[in-house]
Amino acid sequence: MATLNKYSVLLPTYEERNNLPLIVWLLVKHLSESGHDFEIIIIDDGSPDGTLDVAKELQRLYGKDKIVLRPREKKLGLGTAYIHGIKHATGNFVIILDADLSHHPKFLPEFIRKQAEKDYDVVTGTRYSGNGGVFGWDLKRKVISRGANYLTQVLLRPGVSDLTGSFRLYKKAVLEKLINACVSKGYVFQMEMIIRARQFNFSVAEVPITFVDRLYGESKLGGSEVVAFFKGVLYLFATT
Amino acid sequence: MAIPKLYQWLLAASIFMAAWLSYVAGFFQTNLRQEYHNIILVLPIYLLMAFASYSLALLGYRVATFNDCIDAAEELQEDVKEARKDLERIGYKYASDWQ
Ligand SMILES: Nc1nc2c(ncn2[C@@H]2O[C@H](COP(=O)(O)OP(=O)(O)OP(=O)(O)O)[C@@H](O)[C@H]2O)c(=O)[nH]1
Ligand SMILES: [Mg+2]
Repeated sequence: MATLNKYSVLLPTYEERNNLPLIVWLLVKHLSESGHDFEIIIIDDGSPDGTLDVAKELQRLYGKDKIVLRPREKKLGLGTAYIHGIKHATGNFVIILDADLSHHPKFLPEFIRKQAEKDYDVVTGTRYSGNGGVFGWDLKRKVISRGANYLTQVLLRPGVSDLTGSFRLYKKAVLEKLINACVSKGYVFQMEMIIRARQFNFSVAEVPITFVDRLYGESKLGGSEVVAFFKGVLYLFATT
Repeated sequence: MAIPKLYQWLLAASIFMAAWLSYVAGFFQTNLRQEYHNIILVLPIYLLMAFASYSLALLGYRVATFNDCIDAAEELQEDVKEARKDLERIGYKYASDWQ
């Protein structure tokens, strides 16, 4: 597969000391096995657990061309982490995924194949269709997730089945344009990116993915996230 | 750019309610049979209830058919083992983290 494409993987980390070496190893494995040119940009926000030391060690092992470090002093949030990371991306495509092993890099060759199929602007992973799915979710979490998803489908008609997922492949110029157009933070940011993509008439394709809950570290889904989610949906409902 | 979704809904709802209210208030000359007339009187409530039941049924179905990816979780465990072994092999210096 000799193409001139280069894929910049943005990996925001906060307290991922245990996950980071594993996700990087899996990324290197699946992207080099499929013969793609890539770089991994790690954006660590001053994690107290020393994630940055791990990142430096990985850079020593895999080389400065493969592992790029763009740390920040303190926890400034996911949205700005992407903005910070993309500034240093040298690829023509950008891949975004979580560092906590919820998103498995084995799906990336499929993302890349899908993108090439019709030269899509965005390819997004979906837990809600085809062979997609989740692991480690109890009934309550499934109901909340499906309910929230249904609400977004009815109110926003986004044209994709998974709005809040954050496992995606973008053309770099497209991602830059979307990031500049988006005002929300957190979960809502992921939704807004896809909604705006539709507004700009960018083409969006989906790839079914499995989502496995994090093995290491705390899960932080709480009441304030739910409130922020509803506010975000209403904001997009009223403005887009 | 297109009209925001909120206004699309408001527009559709007000057109519908305007038509319904004019019917109920007797603005139209109609000779509908009594059964139809009775249905139309409660139509907004009917529609709401139908939508609510449809939503609940769909939600139930989707929760029940939400894939449990047990294989994916097991495969990940295997991948983790393999990754650790290989990282140790190439001299990863924090391998003691997972001992
Ligand atoms: N740089 C940076 N990364 C962050 C920040 N917050 C979260 N992350 C990373 O963003 C990714 C997604 O965050 P998660 O904490 O897994 O969020 P989540 O998947 O919604 O919630 P969990 O149930 O906890 O997995 C992970 O790789 C985190 O390490 C932040 O403030 N700065
Ligand atoms: Mg996560």
